[in-house]
Amino acid sequence: MRGVASRVRATRRKSLEPRRSGLLVNAVLAAICLAWTLPTLGVLVTSFRDSRDIFNSGWWTVFPHRSWVKVGELKLEPGIDVDGPMTLEGATATFAEWREGVQVSASRKLQWYGNKRTRTLHAQELRWVGFSPKLTLENYEGVLSGGEVSFRDGNGNTITRRGNNFSDAVLNSLAVAVPSTVIPILIAAFAAYAFAWMEFPGRKGLFVIVVALLVVPLQIALIPVLRDFTKLGLNGSYLAMWLAHTGFGLPLAVYILFNYISQLPRDIFESAFLDGATPFSMFRLLVIPLSIPALASFAIFQFLWVWNDYLVALIFLGDKNRVVTSALAAMVGEKGQDWHFLTSGAFLSMILPLAVFFALQRYFVRGLMAGSVKG
Amino acid sequence: MAKGSKLLRAAGLVLLLAATVALLYGGYAFLRDFKGPKLVVVLVAIAWGLGSVALLYAVLNAMAESLPRPARALALPLVFAGPALALLFWFLVFPTLRSLWLSFFDETGTRFVALANYRFAFADRIMLESFRNNLLWMVFGTLLCVGLGLVIAVLADRSRLEKLYKSLVFMPMAISFVGAGVIWKFMYAYKGEGTGIQEIGLLNAAVVALGGKAQAWLLVPFWNNFLLIAIMVWLQTGYAMVILSSSIKGIPAELLEAARIDGADELQIFFRIIIPAIEGSLVTVSTTIVIFSLKLFDIVRVMTGGNYGTNVIANEFYMQQFTYGQSGRASAIAIVLLVAVVPVMAYNLRQFGERRAFK
Repeated sequence: MRGVASRVRATRRKSLEPRRSGLLVNAVLAAICLAWTLPTLGVLVTSFRDSRDIFNSGWWTVFPHRSWVKVGELKLEPGIDVDGPMTLEGATATFAEWREGVQVSASRKLQWYGNKRTRTLHAQELRWVGFSPKLTLENYEGVLSGGEVSFRDGNGNTITRRGNNFSDAVLNSLAVAVPSTVIPILIAAFAAYAFAWMEFPGRKGLFVIVVALLVVPLQIALIPVLRDFTKLGLNGSYLAMWLAHTGFGLPLAVYILFNYISQLPRDIFESAFLDGATPFSMFRLLVIPLSIPALASFAIFQFLWVWNDYLVALIFLGDKNRVVTSALAAMVGEKGQDWHFLTSGAFLSMILPLAVFFALQRYFVRGLMAGSVKG
Repeated sequence: MAKGSKLLRAAGLVLLLAATVALLYGGYAFLRDFKGPKLVVVLVAIAWGLGSVALLYAVLNAMAESLPRPARALALPLVFAGPALALLFWFLVFPTLRSLWLSFFDETGTRFVALANYRFAFADRIMLESFRNNLLWMVFGTLLCVGLGLVIAVLADRSRLEKLYKSLVFMPMAISFVGAGVIWKFMYAYKGEGTGIQEIGLLNAAVVALGGKAQAWLLVPFWNNFLLIAIMVWLQTGYAMVILSSSIKGIPAELLEAARIDGADELQIFFRIIIPAIEGSLVTVSTTIVIFSLKLFDIVRVMTGGNYGTNVIANEFYMQQFTYGQSGRASAIAIVLLVAVVPVMAYNLRQFGERRAFK
């Protein structure tokens, strides 16, 4: 496997051809990347906007744009009948039309305010609006808190809700994800070493089982395992999540680490053995340090998987010790229109995996390649 | 004398084992009963979890090493591979057999119903709808992911900004399906009818700006499936792109140069050289995404809950087990999912056999 990798690296070029087809290619790519980034950007921007603004205007309005801005008020002259057509600043329209707003010139619009009795119109002009300065951290405070939270809706009414306690959810996610990443790696590394360098009966047959389990859908295991956990009283505990994620992650972990550890040069084990090293000390002092790249690849893969998992958490944690994904999903159910909470919650759930992802992208890519079903 | 020291060592090991078990149980009991600040619980839990596993291996290994030679040769592999195998059997092998068993029984798990659950799985209206939708996911989701991934990989290879473009398309891979669900629910948001309402969802705002009428898109039957598939495409195209890109870069430069000298144009190079050269990766990526679409759950659960004609098999599995309490039916659905991946499993095993990783 490593032989192939180094051969590929030897013939690897910078690019398919000299970079000459510049503009069109870059334009297409830029358009695709814009489409790919806009959804996330929208959520990020919205999460920092005032709740009242979120309900009244699209998130893109924080960027400079032209829009109708109220510049003054107009009182209707006493003689005008509001039930018939009315002429104002040269335009004639009915009440219903005035209420929708009528453009009286290229850059001026009049719009009726409220019901017929107000006899008031707002004059609006099309103007450039700069970056909206009204950004706030209130949404984050609200979503992190577990107590009462109040905010203003689109009409300025104050609404009180229970916060979703995201600070606890983040802690729960950490308590689930860190051990669920390290434990399977440790267990799988021991097993991979045994499969690669130890003799024992049934070695090949057992490894065939590992390979067969690689693509088994985890739905197949959920009901029986849930029954076991119920009997053991483990539901809702971190331990249940560690066990489940370890069990479900092991086939891939053993497979990837076996591919790597079995390729380590035989001589180092032989000379260590002659020096009187036990398998355990060889594992600790040789295998682990030499396998760091493979361990790191799988670690990132597993961490992102566990942190982002929803199904396993939903079934084995339920409403107790909610992790970020289940807290967010619950919030979608309870507060489907509270976009200020939803967007800030979504962003909180994304920060850590995104940071890990951008910091360690190279290892992640390597893990993905090693983990592709064909291997 | 030697016998005495051996006995002493054995006694020491037993004591060590007892201390380990006490420590593990103590940690467990502490975590169960402690009612202090969450942060403390989390830190103790992480330390306890990681420490226990390391400690268990060390103690078990010490015990195995103290055995006489012939027994040791068997005990050591057992210590090294045993825990992994025990977990694999507990969490995957036995559950598969137990699910198969459960699938022949009714919801109480006691009354044998033969194939009734499978009749449900293949004939019920909601299951047929789910099969149709999963087929849509597998066909359109996979085609779009692989097609777009391939186009981006080939184009990015010709741009100076390759890294930036690829990072941006790859980024959603780090986002959870639930998070992606919120992101896209916001894209599809609909504010309702009335005067002076400004759409805050990007899709409806774009539709209105182009002169159309805003809609609750997720409620439009049949087509809403494609809005959900778009989310998976957004999430998974990066995966296809990365794998295909690295295999495109593995095509020898001489091959492409020779083709150009012979007068091949870029389209011919793409279809006659690049595609055949990366065929293996294309198969791998497509298979992975097909399996992924087959098991898809989170996106549908969060976006529509399977309502409005968007149900999928994995969601129906969840509903049968946890909403209706029909564990027999749910197990039958799980078995159907398993059977659907058997060809891939067989392919993997054949590949593995051909690699001769074991001498």
